[in-house]
Amino acid sequence: MSDAPLLEVDDLRVEFTTDDGIVTAVDGISFTVEDHEVLGVVGESGSGKTVTALAILGLLPKKTTVTGSAKWRGRELIGLGDKELQPLRGEEIAIVFQDALASFNPVFTIGSQIGEAIEVHHEIASKDRDERVVELLDLVGIPNPRQRADQYPHEFSGGMRQRAMIAMALANDPALLIADEPTTALDVTLQAQVLEVLERIQARTRSSIMLITHDLGVVAGIADRIAVMYAGRHIETGPVDQIFYEPRHPYTLGLLASLPRLDRKTHGQKLYRITGQPPSLIERPPGCTFHPRCEFARLPEPCATVVPALEEVDPSHRAACHFSEGLVGLTPERLREGQRA
Amino acid sequence: MLTYVARRVLYSIPVLLVASFLLFVFVRATFDPTVKLRASRDPQAVQRERERLGLDKPVPEQFVKWLGDFVQGDFGHSERTRESVSTMIVRALGYTVQLIFWGVVVSAIIAIAIGVYSASRQYSKLDYTFTGLAFLGLAMPPFWFGLLAMQLLSSGPKQWFGLSEPIFPTIGLHSPGESGINLDYLRHLVLPVMTLTVQIIASWSRYQRASMLDVMSSDYIRTARAKGVPQRRVVFKHGLRNALIPLVTVMSLDIGAVFGGLIITEKIFSVPGMGRLFFDSLLYGDIITLEAWFVVSALFIILFNLIADVLYGVLDPRVRLA
Repeated sequence: MSDAPLLEVDDLRVEFTTDDGIVTAVDGISFTVEDHEVLGVVGESGSGKTVTALAILGLLPKKTTVTGSAKWRGRELIGLGDKELQPLRGEEIAIVFQDALASFNPVFTIGSQIGEAIEVHHEIASKDRDERVVELLDLVGIPNPRQRADQYPHEFSGGMRQRAMIAMALANDPALLIADEPTTALDVTLQAQVLEVLERIQARTRSSIMLITHDLGVVAGIADRIAVMYAGRHIETGPVDQIFYEPRHPYTLGLLASLPRLDRKTHGQKLYRITGQPPSLIERPPGCTFHPRCEFARLPEPCATVVPALEEVDPSHRAACHFSEGLVGLTPERLREGQRA
Repeated sequence: MLTYVARRVLYSIPVLLVASFLLFVFVRATFDPTVKLRASRDPQAVQRERERLGLDKPVPEQFVKWLGDFVQGDFGHSERTRESVSTMIVRALGYTVQLIFWGVVVSAIIAIAIGVYSASRQYSKLDYTFTGLAFLGLAMPPFWFGLLAMQLLSSGPKQWFGLSEPIFPTIGLHSPGESGINLDYLRHLVLPVMTLTVQIIASWSRYQRASMLDVMSSDYIRTARAKGVPQRRVVFKHGLRNALIPLVTVMSLDIGAVFGGLIITEKIFSVPGMGRLFFDSLLYGDIITLEAWFVVSALFIILFNLIADVLYGVLDPRVRLA
């Protein structure tokens, strides 16, 4: 039991039935989150990042088909009902949602909503609960926490609301904090502040964090490991340095090449772009789902016929590309120059 | 919150003034109380009556005089009964307020219960049943439903089972000699309240269902579930509170319809309330009573809108600031 990782996901698959067909939002992903670890999950919109998180906590609509396994400290979560998952939600695994304005109930005060997160899991005197709420708001850097606790979500600014959202998730010192695009709705200055709050909390509470984002820049400073998602699959996972400096999947390479750099002269030059559109999740391309957009694809064999497995390319670094060997030494700069040429 | 309520009250004053002026003008324009004197052999009779009622003066002047009397509680005397109109209205209101109170309370409770159930068990058998019943209810005019209810629930059973008196009486709100809130009163209430509410329950339950479905798919409901709040509490605390906000709008708009429904209901069940008073005054062309009746009704509708505005403030903190 003690050897089991905190969270172990194996071949998780999530399907939604729609009028147009079956949408495979998550297509057999496997990963683990260890104690005290920060895992960054990166991918574009619709790649299945959020759905993965919601599936683990059983928060998807009832009609969704979820198969595979997600073990929390060795205990299977997939298939459990609301009743069995409730003690876990917010107590051991907490989520920070993206849009804090929509994610707080508009008719209750911030303080009462944070207090409720404590109340549903612990018998606590209302005075102690209120003290704890003030403490939490203070922890995430909200000034005048005592007055702020009695205010409603619409009386908070965007950045403050997101901090309050984090405070609510931290209410019960969860072992795993899932932060789902916590900075996406914020401007750049506030992004930095909110990330700083997350970092500070991680340093203090040593809880594990699963940081979901579409922005590689967000995870760079805070994550230990990164998983890059594309069309419902993990296509590259590894320690943060290896992902950034030795990417072994063309998609990761493309993402890195498309980041604007402050330290390079790019004046008057266009940024790199990954051509084409993300694939339809109803009719996904055969073989490697990235092949229609890939500069390195060899068609039709094997890229359009064989699904590449997520294989170890270096110790603890995995990539799902038939030609990951060939990408060794290829830098984002060279990719960028290639597109300009 | 108190300033919010005070402001709402102040806003209603001009609304009431404009409404009463328009009602006054319309009543004066549509009814001529001197018609019955046209056949008189005395050629001066019409003229004398016009002077007596003040009809020879311009309408705005008549209105100002009427308004002055009205705010002092002098509504004039009925052409029909020679009684003071204010006495008649106060007496009629006593009955009507009871019907409206029970009507709104019963409608709200049943409609909210059905709406919440249907939304949390969407597409279940019972949800489909409620949907079907709602459409049936909407299609049922109160005058017909009232007669049907009378036949099937009152005179029918009395005849079939040979009862000495009907289970649900169809005349008035009390048996002769009875008064106060007791079993007799409740038995008398069943049929009129049912007739008054069937369409309202049908439409409110549909609104409540839609509103609840909308709310239950919002992000903050997901947040509540994600922090471990049990489903029942998610529905009744986080969901219902938000879903009631749009329903309050519909309820306040429908109060006018309730007043309309009263006219039929009180007529069918012989309740001497405002509906009956309107019906009888209209048939007689009793404009003094009608004018006062319209303005008192407008007052009531504005009062209900005021209650709705206050309820908004209670339910939704964002409204209090506006």
